[in-house]
Amino acid sequence: MNKFQLYLLTLGLTIAGLTLFGYKAFLLKFPLTPETHSRVWNVEARVTFVGRNDPIKVSLHVPDNSRWFAIVDENFISRGYGLATIKTRHYGNRKAVWSKRKATGRQSLFYRCVVRRSRLAEPPAPPSPPEAEYPIFEGAYLAAAESVIAQIREQSADMDSLVAELMNRLNKSQPDENLTLLLGKEPSLLKKVEIASGILAHGGVPARVVQGIRLEEQNRNAPLIPWLEVYDGKLWRSYDPVSGQGDIPDNYMPWWRGPSPMGHIRGGDKLQTELAIGANQEAAINAALERAGLANPLLMTFSLFSLPIRTQAVYRVLLLVPVGAFLLAVFRNVIGVKTFGTFMPILIALAFRETELLWGIALFSSLVGLGLAIRFQLERLKLLLVPRLASVLIVVVLLMAGLSVLTHKLGLERGLSVALFPMVILTMTIERMSIVWEEQGSKEGLQQALGSLLVAACAYLIITVSYVEHLVFVFPELLLLLLAGTLLLGRYTGYRLLELSRFRALIKKNP
Amino acid sequence: MFRLAKQLCGIGALGLNRRNADYTLKYNQRRLYPLVDDKLRTKQLAEEAGMAVPELYGVVEAAHQIRHWSDLLKGRSDFVVKPSRGSGGEGILVISGRLKDMYRVTNGELASQSELDYHVLNILSGIYSLGGLSDRALVEYRVQCDPVFDSVTYHGVPDIRIVVFLGVPVMAMVRLPTRMSRGKANLHQGAVGAGIDMAKGTTLTGVWKNNIVTEHPDTGMRLTHLKVPKWEHLLQLASRCYELTGLGYQGVDLVLDRDRGPLILELNARPGLNIQIANHAGLLPRLEVVEQLRERLHSAEDRVAFSQQRFSAVNQ
Repeated sequence: MNKFQLYLLTLGLTIAGLTLFGYKAFLLKFPLTPETHSRVWNVEARVTFVGRNDPIKVSLHVPDNSRWFAIVDENFISRGYGLATIKTRHYGNRKAVWSKRKATGRQSLFYRCVVRRSRLAEPPAPPSPPEAEYPIFEGAYLAAAESVIAQIREQSADMDSLVAELMNRLNKSQPDENLTLLLGKEPSLLKKVEIASGILAHGGVPARVVQGIRLEEQNRNAPLIPWLEVYDGKLWRSYDPVSGQGDIPDNYMPWWRGPSPMGHIRGGDKLQTELAIGANQEAAINAALERAGLANPLLMTFSLFSLPIRTQAVYRVLLLVPVGAFLLAVFRNVIGVKTFGTFMPILIALAFRETELLWGIALFSSLVGLGLAIRFQLERLKLLLVPRLASVLIVVVLLMAGLSVLTHKLGLERGLSVALFPMVILTMTIERMSIVWEEQGSKEGLQQALGSLLVAACAYLIITVSYVEHLVFVFPELLLLLLAGTLLLGRYTGYRLLELSRFRALIKKNP
Repeated sequence: MFRLAKQLCGIGALGLNRRNADYTLKYNQRRLYPLVDDKLRTKQLAEEAGMAVPELYGVVEAAHQIRHWSDLLKGRSDFVVKPSRGSGGEGILVISGRLKDMYRVTNGELASQSELDYHVLNILSGIYSLGGLSDRALVEYRVQCDPVFDSVTYHGVPDIRIVVFLGVPVMAMVRLPTRMSRGKANLHQGAVGAGIDMAKGTTLTGVWKNNIVTEHPDTGMRLTHLKVPKWEHLLQLASRCYELTGLGYQGVDLVLDRDRGPLILELNARPGLNIQIANHAGLLPRLEVVEQLRERLHSAEDRVAFSQQRFSAVNQ
């Protein structure tokens, strides 16, 4: 009876999942594979600040159509705020200005746009060479700038080599005294580009700072990237600030020009801006819908694509957890691998996504190893349970911080991602491992640790296949199939693979 | 690999998945688990039913009772302190005598009163209990081992594990401590398990670390053909545990005391599967027979007789 119900349920789930999947994949022609080269992106800027109960005015640079990218669609989400978009006097940047009579507490405003790559647009012919706004050097600074421009003029033939030589000098770890004076202590890349544009402008070459973003598949916290634009008499040409070469990657989208910050606030505090970028799958799907001549608003209204980009990015990861869980069930109930904690390997696998496999395994092993060594020392003190767990947690956090500092000093930037390991899970792993070690011997402890790592590594290898991520996100109904499979596993009563060898003695000498 | 699986199937070896899905999940109701997870409750239940258990001298439930517990020990020089929810024999302290103010622990060390107090505090904080729940400490009678297993025991107390399904004892083994298990009768920790013929109560070959052995690894003495005294009495006790707890599939751990005979040590709602290796036999055929004929078996006597008649090693 029970079994009948189970089979009926699995059958129902399978049919439902397959039907929906088939409808979307074959009738609506949703893309079955991830697009290799995106042409459309969603970009979202979030502005947060704290109001002082005063009249408030927030301005934010927003991108404009450029030679390479077109803003196809944009919207501003700002309840209760007045909104105006203006063009700035200098540089001709676009700016959104939000204002309100009174605002208190934490406020969030959003700017969202859809960006399409378009090489068709003719370059808007700039009028007379614009007057660039550049840092006005005075006194000693002026002398320094002039001496630098004189030197590099000497050593260059054309504008490309001029810019290359200048950037090369600026990027040296020990620039000469003139540049050191101009740059100040520990200059950021933005500062270097700013100084470069100033020096060039002094030399009669119009130059300006551009701040933009890199259009990626997925980045929930995209950094701003500065680069240099120099006017060659006809066009503004972009230069990479690190190499000084006249080519920047084709996925760099300019956001605004000039050294000013992205946002500005009057009447509030703690202004923060965050950028999120995601490749737009929806476009392909919308196109698919249009192609089929079908409009199915219900399906699209209640799909994951209707969520904000930030949330979509979260679900891209969350939807992988069921895949890991299924894998874990197979490993434990069919193969018989022992792991610490039921879901620990999945969480570790998710952390591996950030650290990458080998680094992840190395970091995880060293953390657990060190933690275990210290835990054994604590064992001698005979601490009570909760304080003991708390002290292991503290030690784990300290170890993580220590490892980060150490690997950073060694120049291994990957090591920084150790901070992404779930520390409570690490603590519980260390605690369980030490108990198994004590009670059932070191062999058993190591076996379970290796089992956990093995499962985590396999889960990592599967969830990082871009197909898998794409399939579960575009076709979440496939998870119904996964659920059906997991339910069936729940009634799998056969032997586990590793039990076979355990019971071998039963057969060998069975008299 | 498939051949191996087929062979195992042929002799009816019970796997972990099957044990969980078809036996413990089906026949053991979760609400009954606390009865066996807490040794104090098991003991109280058994005493009410008039079944023999090691006599309870006292319980320490909270740290402030520590002051009174030395009164509890007054005049006693021979006792066991154990956690009520302990697992795998952890946290058990066996005191076999006194030397002035000190207690003699069976591993040969001496412990002062304050060391004993500290051990009890640890038990109360849940150091030995699964899941770290706060626990109680039991002080009870120290079992005087029946000499029958003396030649095949290295320190510690051997115990007898009987798997009872719906009240019918289906398989049994005796667990003998070794040097490796450090005096504990737990197969995971390296104790030897020797199967027992259900009909006669004589030992079969043993299992040690998943290998079949016929001699004790430390004493070198023969494990086989030892006659377990009071075998029927042991089976009776085990069988009656079904009515005691209501758990359909359980492992009953018993000891043989020199003076008091068979005593119930503890019950287990998820007994391990190694007992099959110790007995050279799979559990499945026996479990299936019991499942089919359960209607016919009413009293404990019926069930023991059924078990002895059906599950003799000679029949297999």
